[in-house]
Amino acid sequence: MAKSLGPVKRKFSPWTDPSAIPFIRFENITKRFGNFTAVDSLTLDIYEREFFSLLGPSGCGKTTLMRMLAGFEEPSEGRILLQGKDIQGVPPYRRPTNMMFQSYALFPHMTVEKNIAFGLEQDKLPKGEIAARVDEMLKLVKLETFAKRKPNQLSGGQRQRVALARSLAKRPQVLLLDEPLGALDKKLREETQFELMDIQTKLGLTFLIVTHDQEEAMTVSDRIAVMDKGVIVQVATPAEIYEAPNSRYVADFIGDINILEGSVTTTESALGSPGTVRIDCDGIKVAVDQECQAVTGDKVAFAVRPEKVRISPDQPPDTSVNALHGEVWDIGYLGDFSVFIVKLDDGRVMRAAQANVSRLVDRPITFGDMVWLTWPLDAGLVLTR
Amino acid sequence: MAVVQEAEDQKQGGASRWLVVAVPYVWLLLFFVAPFLIIFKISLSDTAIALPPYTPVFDGFGAIGDFLSQLDFENYIFLTDDPLYVQAYLSSLRIATISTFLLLLVGYPIALAMARAPTSIRPTLVMMVILPFWTSFLIRVYAWIGILKPDGLLTLLLQTVGLMGPEEQVQIFRTDTAVFIGIVYSYLPFMVLPLYSALEKMDNTLLEAANDLGCPPLKAFWRITFPLSLPGVIAGAMICFIPITGEFVIPDLLGGADTLMIGKTLWTEFFGNRDWPLASAVAVILLVLLVVPIMIFQNQQKKVA
Repeated sequence: MAKSLGPVKRKFSPWTDPSAIPFIRFENITKRFGNFTAVDSLTLDIYEREFFSLLGPSGCGKTTLMRMLAGFEEPSEGRILLQGKDIQGVPPYRRPTNMMFQSYALFPHMTVEKNIAFGLEQDKLPKGEIAARVDEMLKLVKLETFAKRKPNQLSGGQRQRVALARSLAKRPQVLLLDEPLGALDKKLREETQFELMDIQTKLGLTFLIVTHDQEEAMTVSDRIAVMDKGVIVQVATPAEIYEAPNSRYVADFIGDINILEGSVTTTESALGSPGTVRIDCDGIKVAVDQECQAVTGDKVAFAVRPEKVRISPDQPPDTSVNALHGEVWDIGYLGDFSVFIVKLDDGRVMRAAQANVSRLVDRPITFGDMVWLTWPLDAGLVLTR
Repeated sequence: MAVVQEAEDQKQGGASRWLVVAVPYVWLLLFFVAPFLIIFKISLSDTAIALPPYTPVFDGFGAIGDFLSQLDFENYIFLTDDPLYVQAYLSSLRIATISTFLLLLVGYPIALAMARAPTSIRPTLVMMVILPFWTSFLIRVYAWIGILKPDGLLTLLLQTVGLMGPEEQVQIFRTDTAVFIGIVYSYLPFMVLPLYSALEKMDNTLLEAANDLGCPPLKAFWRITFPLSLPGVIAGAMICFIPITGEFVIPDLLGGADTLMIGKTLWTEFFGNRDWPLASAVAVILLVLLVVPIMIFQNQQKKVA
């Protein structure tokens, strides 16, 4: 499988354009199963040609939300608009959406070819056209030589691609992907992620993907909605989600992060004007340059990503703020990175990650070393939620 | 050393493995092949007024040549001569075919409903399908006589509801219809259970996928559910078809004088005419006829595996 990264993605951000009309709109959607509320008055806009991720732990309602769009579930309250039209009551077989199932749901009694042709046959397309489209799809997922095989004669990765080809064959206006790459190994998964992006750009379709894998969501998406207990916590681009999470939940869910609870001592920041916010976290004094609504005395959390924390045996010139002293408790060597787990003098634990830029096998910092952790003013975050 | 030990272990394992495999074969040999050979031998003998009522009875190894010379295919030739037997075979096959089709028609919706029922109540439903087995088969067939006879429960019901005048009576008892009712009733569990086990295994997301690709539910049934349940359909059909072909009790109790089935013919030959050799020939032919569907069944099972 040759790696093709496809055309360079141009700047794409319809969500910043207030005049843009959303392609899909979930409007105050609530879905209850008995006493359990799977989705709780959720509102979300997705734009045409967007590669959108619903990200969250299992049971957060992301799959339910997708199934409501596909028509397998009806919302208990609220409505779903597709291109401005309410799709309430339209059965799944009349919706312009196609889904790639987590289990792939390939028809075991049909060949690869027949599986891909299935949707096209339902539309009663002429035979020649179906054959041409099937060939095109097989080429797209690079399975030309497997057309006559049955699903049980394929590997997991091949099956996954048949499922993708089948769901794309009808050129759906929206392609729904339910944990599409869950069953693949890491290498194949990464490759396929790039292929998915490639295909999405090539065909110019809207993709909605459900995943619990934050790396996957970060890699493929234009925007991510982080969900928790049936509500959306944050909707933003991958970089915004990672660098500017709006809450402890998002910060903690995406990537690795150090979180210290504390309260604001002084602030020069207000909404719309960034300034330095000083926080006292039970004796640890930190400062952040950030636009922030919190006022003096507010309980907030300070957060900083491990890779933004510098670890050094040398004492920094200014130890009054954003400088912590401790002992190296554990080291996680990941090859490209090493993660240092540092036990601070007061017993709390912080993580610092360092890129392994040299090929030294013996690292200068090792277990039991006394070290200083420092970070610049713009590295940390104040989380008010 | 360790290698030698392992090899020895394997040898022992091999012996016990053979023993395990041998058990069903020995069973088949004792209770199927041997009796069949006896029946086959009898079918080649001649009738005699004796006990048992046929010659030659095997007496000693010295007489083997003698004994073989007395065997012939005359009974088989007789079977082809008398159209009664051919008709009985054909009629049996016809009744078995129609019954199997009716069983599928009745059993499939039941099995489908069971497979689609909530997981929690499925074991109860399976129990209810097997429940009739708790009563003797014979009693259940007798019960149908009570229902179907002209002054039986069905007539009473129809008269009470007003669908039938007080002078009228249902004329089902002692007809082929009664035989079909009896067979469908008696064999239903044997049809439902294999169908249910095939349908229950089916992944529901396949139907969702078909729906999602633009296929309405009814069409999805014919394109997805039915083809995937074919192994169950074939298993159920064979399990019913084969014994129905040789069925004796139901046509005897519910059928009329003109209900011709090979099981009844067989009984008449054995007990009425005391012509064991001819009856044996009838049985052998029946078995040969049934080998065809059994082969189809086997073939299908292999494909599934």
